[in-house]
Amino acid sequence: MELGFGAEYDSFRQEVRDFIVAHWPPADGDLKSRANERAFVVAAIERGYMHRAIPRRFGGSEQEPDIAKAEIIREELTKARAPAGRIPGNGLVVPTLLEWGTEEQKARFIAPTLRGDIVWAQGFSEPNAGSDLAALRTRAELIGDKWIINGQKIWTTHAHKATHMFCLVRTEPDAPKHGGISYLLVDIRQPGVTVRPLIQMTRQKEFNEVFFDNAETPADMLVGERGKGWNVTRSTLKHERSGIATMTWSLSMFRDLVKLAKEVERNGEPAIRDPRIREELAAIEGELMSLTYSTYRATSHDIHGRDIGWFQTMPKLYMTELAGRIAKLARDIVEDDFTDMGGARLKWIERFMISLSMSIAGGTSNIQRNIIAERSLGLPRDRVQGAGA
Amino acid sequence: MNFLLSEDQLAFLSAIEDLLRDRCDALRVHKIFDIEGDAQFDAELWAGLVEMGVPAIFVPEAHGGLGLAMVDLAIVSELFGTYAAPVPWLGHALATVAIVLGGSEAQKARWLPRLASGEVLATVAFAEGKSVWFPGEWQLAGADGSLTGVKTLVPNAAEADLMVVGVAEGLALVEKGAAYRTERADSGDRTRPVDTVLFEGATAELLADGLAARDRLSDAAAVLLAADAFGGAEHCVKMSVDYARVREQYGQPIAAFQGLRYQLVAMALATEPARGLYWYAAHSWDALPDKAAHAAAQAKAHLTDTYLQVTRDTVEAHGGIGFTWEHDTHIYMKRAMLDWVWMGSPSRHRLRAADFAGW
Repeated sequence: MELGFGAEYDSFRQEVRDFIVAHWPPADGDLKSRANERAFVVAAIERGYMHRAIPRRFGGSEQEPDIAKAEIIREELTKARAPAGRIPGNGLVVPTLLEWGTEEQKARFIAPTLRGDIVWAQGFSEPNAGSDLAALRTRAELIGDKWIINGQKIWTTHAHKATHMFCLVRTEPDAPKHGGISYLLVDIRQPGVTVRPLIQMTRQKEFNEVFFDNAETPADMLVGERGKGWNVTRSTLKHERSGIATMTWSLSMFRDLVKLAKEVERNGEPAIRDPRIREELAAIEGELMSLTYSTYRATSHDIHGRDIGWFQTMPKLYMTELAGRIAKLARDIVEDDFTDMGGARLKWIERFMISLSMSIAGGTSNIQRNIIAERSLGLPRDRVQGAGA
Repeated sequence: MNFLLSEDQLAFLSAIEDLLRDRCDALRVHKIFDIEGDAQFDAELWAGLVEMGVPAIFVPEAHGGLGLAMVDLAIVSELFGTYAAPVPWLGHALATVAIVLGGSEAQKARWLPRLASGEVLATVAFAEGKSVWFPGEWQLAGADGSLTGVKTLVPNAAEADLMVVGVAEGLALVEKGAAYRTERADSGDRTRPVDTVLFEGATAELLADGLAARDRLSDAAAVLLAADAFGGAEHCVKMSVDYARVREQYGQPIAAFQGLRYQLVAMALATEPARGLYWYAAHSWDALPDKAAHAAAQAKAHLTDTYLQVTRDTVEAHGGIGFTWEHDTHIYMKRAMLDWVWMGSPSRHRLRAADFAGW
């Protein structure tokens, strides 16, 4: 049992480090320059350090899957604060196109997406199709060589920055619920598409409503078969996935919490000296350590091709509940400042609310519970079809 | 990344589990639990485990042992937790650790081979009542080679041939036949009986490096309890899930009711991720000395708290049958109670963890 990646990866880590040192920070020292970032990403792809699952002919670096290498690259990039090669907008479209797209679609969209020239929004949720996504009603009709789209999407992240949308639309109105859906690619910079920002409870604008009013997209922008869109959405990038990156977010939030407890004074002493605060802080740390080391265990099992077991379905819900617990202890520490939206503790007030978004986005906590019940505990499927799908 | 068990470890566990499945099924555990009078351990089962080399795990090869590590002790403890095994493991394993860590060459040579072979049964005496558990709190004095005073919650003291006793000066060895009496406590957990030990001028020999070893020893205790708690909690979750699949009400398995499903999910979510924490605590004990005390305190606090709550949830998941003496749940709940109490409450361990973290 060991926590590192083992000696066999030491030389790989050194190679990555040498590469980063040679390329970042850029020669002119401008860390914000888009051109510098792009040059770094291009060089990293060339070396096989980014977009490893994507074939070279589509702009990726086409490497053998190796979770340890992917993790080492991520760690070293983070440490050096170098560009991580994240796809702007919603990159889920890339694995979908790789699995289901036509050669033309792949050639036209994947490389520009990796470069950030095309930015995608995801058009799945609708006002009446949330957890029950297959209830969606936005319809598309094939008229001549164009799809004509009418309807509304909601919770569309960064649609105001996006150039394109991959969306689910109903093309076969007479087919059963899941069978009437198709997956379309749409250029959203057109008169038939209106993007209206939604203001969140935190006053931030991340999400949008998107209205289609006779919007158009060419007939060959259909991904997969007509009426088979539900299956098309099933593809995700399985290659080299590990939960370590998402866990890091919880770790940094916890570090901030400890810092807060040291800064804030009560009765002339730092709050962290208060036994109630200390005990809850330690209790939260115990859960965080559970998540951390079970994630290392899961990653190790993945690398060695062993079954992860029950934990597989649990990180999202665990992290959601942990984030809520962290936010509540921060509330207890800041006390009166908890209502001051213009004060120094605004970040924690926002986190108190943002931690709730985790329980909604990407599958609500109750949907997560259904998934754990069915896939990990092996309980019979929920009677309402698809609830834990 | 290799944060996982080796093929050898899995094979060893699998062999032990075969034995437990065969000789430590629920009926057998109930039978031992319900023995008239003072609680007893399962001598036949223990003999089987001795034969497999279980007491030899932590003993160095030079002294006739397997030369394995804390991780190995911990994963075996998990298994005993899973099966609620009525064996004198906790005290014996910790006494072995104490002598490996703190014994002189002569003390090791004298005791370790016999601990490894099971010829000598040993235990440890830490608590002194009023929540005194930790080395820095021990009042019993052993400098002059004799002990007078009381230790409480000592596992299997009545049966033990050798006791490692926590004293102000470090750790002391007391052999059977010395001047002490034991009184078996009426403790809830009848799978792991505990005694009050009254020392009346008992001859004692200090472990050569006992003072240096005793904090590591108490961390080891925390790790092994956490591991036991994980095994027990996971078993309770599985038992509850299995029951929900077969028990029918309103014409369907109760597992179909979302309220109960979510309760089962909450139990599993509290339990399964905690495996990583107890593994880490055991691994830190072996390999990351700077982290070990903190990790052990966190594991003991989190796992034993979780275990006790999960046993409560298990009763709820079973309904009336779960509240009866004939059901397994109460045995696990009582083990969870001992895991919670022994070596200090979760709350105390959290405050210690906060200190270790430098908060």
